[in-house]
Amino acid sequence: MIAEGGLAALWIAAALALVQLTLGWGAARSGSEELITAVRRIAIAQGVLAALAFGILILLFLNSDMSVLLVATNSHSAKPLLYKFAGAWGNHEGSMLLWVTVLAVAGACVALFERRLPGKTLAATLGAQAAMALGFYAFIVFASNPFLRIDPPPPDGQGLNPLLQDPGLAFHPPALYFGYVGLSVAFSFAVGALVMRDVGPAFARAMRPWVLAAWIFLTIGITAGSYWAYYELGWGGWWFWDPVENASLMPWLAATALLHSVTVLATRDGLRAWTLMLALVAFAMSMLGTFLVRSGILVSVHAFAVDPTRGSFILALLGIYIGGALALFGARVGTIRQGSTFQLVSREGALVLNNLLLSVLLGIVFIGTLYPLVAQAMGQQLSIGPPFFNKAGIPVTLVLIVATMAGPLLKWRKDKWSELGRKMLVPAAAAITVTVMLLVVAPGISLNATLGLIAAGALAVASLVPLWKRNLRRTPMHIYGMVVAHLGVAVSIAGMASDAAFTQERLAAVRVGEVVTVGPFEAKLAEVRPTLGQNWSAVEAVLIVRKGDGKPFEINPQQRFFTDPVTTTSEAAIQTLWDGQLYTVIGAGEGSGKDARWQIRLWWKPFVTFIWFGGFLIAFGALLALVGRVRRERRSEEAYE
Amino acid sequence: MRRLLIWAPLALFVLVFGLVASGLFAPGERAVKSAMIGQPAPAFTLPALLPGKPGVDSKTFADGKPRLVNVFASWCGPCIAEAPQLMKMREMGIEIVGIATADTPEAMLGFLTRNGDPFTAIGDDRNRKVQFAFGSAGVPETFVIDGKGKVTYQHIGYVGPQDMPKLLEALAAAR
Repeated sequence: MIAEGGLAALWIAAALALVQLTLGWGAARSGSEELITAVRRIAIAQGVLAALAFGILILLFLNSDMSVLLVATNSHSAKPLLYKFAGAWGNHEGSMLLWVTVLAVAGACVALFERRLPGKTLAATLGAQAAMALGFYAFIVFASNPFLRIDPPPPDGQGLNPLLQDPGLAFHPPALYFGYVGLSVAFSFAVGALVMRDVGPAFARAMRPWVLAAWIFLTIGITAGSYWAYYELGWGGWWFWDPVENASLMPWLAATALLHSVTVLATRDGLRAWTLMLALVAFAMSMLGTFLVRSGILVSVHAFAVDPTRGSFILALLGIYIGGALALFGARVGTIRQGSTFQLVSREGALVLNNLLLSVLLGIVFIGTLYPLVAQAMGQQLSIGPPFFNKAGIPVTLVLIVATMAGPLLKWRKDKWSELGRKMLVPAAAAITVTVMLLVVAPGISLNATLGLIAAGALAVASLVPLWKRNLRRTPMHIYGMVVAHLGVAVSIAGMASDAAFTQERLAAVRVGEVVTVGPFEAKLAEVRPTLGQNWSAVEAVLIVRKGDGKPFEINPQQRFFTDPVTTTSEAAIQTLWDGQLYTVIGAGEGSGKDARWQIRLWWKPFVTFIWFGGFLIAFGALLALVGRVRRERRSEEAYE
Repeated sequence: MRRLLIWAPLALFVLVFGLVASGLFAPGERAVKSAMIGQPAPAFTLPALLPGKPGVDSKTFADGKPRLVNVFASWCGPCIAEAPQLMKMREMGIEIVGIATADTPEAMLGFLTRNGDPFTAIGDDRNRKVQFAFGSAGVPETFVIDGKGKVTYQHIGYVGPQDMPKLLEALAAAR
């Protein structure tokens, strides 16, 4: 009965979304206070019901209710509790239900907390949010119902893709989804604003926290996803320019641009049309990403749930919502008065440059991701891969870093080149210092890595400059947020460049007792032994590693064998030291007994951890900005009342 | 101008939508006829990428034996998908010469360890000059070269199980 309850909740939520759309339309036209209040309440009820349906799905997974098809095909009674829990969204149907739940709950939150927008605009926004939810409800109940029963139920179930049985991955997709769908709120705000022709600082201030929140989740999701791919896929890299990875990067780039342009709109009432466009593009990228991942039309190393019929459903939704919104944009944007103007050398100018460069980056990733599709339309299947992305993307990123340094040092509206030049002396000095250090310590590294390290050093210093000569106790929290986030970018770039410049790798076939060296490490294969987990068996290497004269430590890479379904995964073992990570993988064995040789791969990756540490710093900075902004708005509201 | 700019996003979207939809509903079958076919293979020498595995010299192509030239890379997703087919052809005794574009020995070693090594020689085409000389922009691509060093067949994209008969036929014809 529980599963049927979930389905019922979903249907009612869908019906409420329809009512919300209709009443939202009416309220936006008439402006009736009663209607607006009704729309708010319906949005809240819809959010609660969707959350209830998702809660029920989690309950079914926790109970291992094998009479539900989805549980039977994606869970196993012997699976650890955490993965039963995560199994609820580690599949197509569950993740779509999570998607619509986040969409509905986000709408409910807007209805609950949004007090700054005029009632009519709010009603239009909630109507747009309901229209989107409606499409996804239809998708779920007609094409991917998670509550379908199976008769007779299987005794144990089939398990979850072992690659997904990892604590990192249990929480990485929800984080990304919160980000993707969080951008739907910005999208709905833009649609609402276009419908009501009401674009200005108030609208930007209302939208900003939502963009920030979505961006925080996206940043965390991408960072966690990159680390997951790094340690779980066992190939020692942290970014593959895979379509699935790009699918999360594209909305992030658009949202990053949006985050900066919405600030221009909120503070200076500039960039009106551009900000609206970015809000539409950011969510369009989220949907496109979901489509690329779900339809499987591109070859990916992370091909999970792939189904062309479902792909066409998402594609149809993409066409209706994004096409519709862009048509609305075309029809309405001409009637939105132009905002205020500014000089080239100004904070706004730097932010426009930032936006343009981010758009170029987005364009590069977009073209690189979709190019194989163009080729496919002409009868070929191929990929263009990292050489393209690195060659095209790195120079743009380096210029973007310079813009990131300059932006916070400039005054709003109007500044002088000479002033900027004077302030840029500090990061320039840092750049020169790093250059000299690199020439002395590491002369042979690649140009890109050298430039990356120089840029990281200069940006790290530049990001702290805005705090210079400020009363630190009275500095607003969002300034700290910006400082921390920009510092995080510097840290991340330092990690990437360091990984590219200094990584050392060794692959060897070794007998037990033999020693392999990589970088400053000597690793002795002491033993290869079998070992057992809750739902897997494995062979495990015992590597005794010593760095110079240091204390030896043990490290245990594994090859795991899962029975339900039959899969082998290689579990890298990683030793994190203060100055980097030693990454070890055990591969196939050859021969038997004393002569058996095992393939051992070792990487020494100096400061590679900076990549992800920087990512979390960026997210933390954004969190500071969010909290700071919300508190400040609340205070000014109280003063007003 | 301004009006055009306003509608440009929608136009771009329609374009992309059409592309994506065609990718979904009509997986392309129209092969492009290459200008390389019937031409002698470009003259080049490539150093070895890996120790213990020779590089590639186009002069050896005129030794009377037909062979495959496979332009590939360790960073290329579809190359993983075609690896089993190449392994099968290697087992049939077909000589396969690899041209590794924009690659490094470390990455290549990992790729071959994971996906098998069907190559008798791998040339290090780090700056992609030879790849471009072959008229190839993306990877993977596979060429059939007859015993006189002439290109007789070109296959763009990955070699799937469905492409095997055609390739084998082309190899037989080149004999």
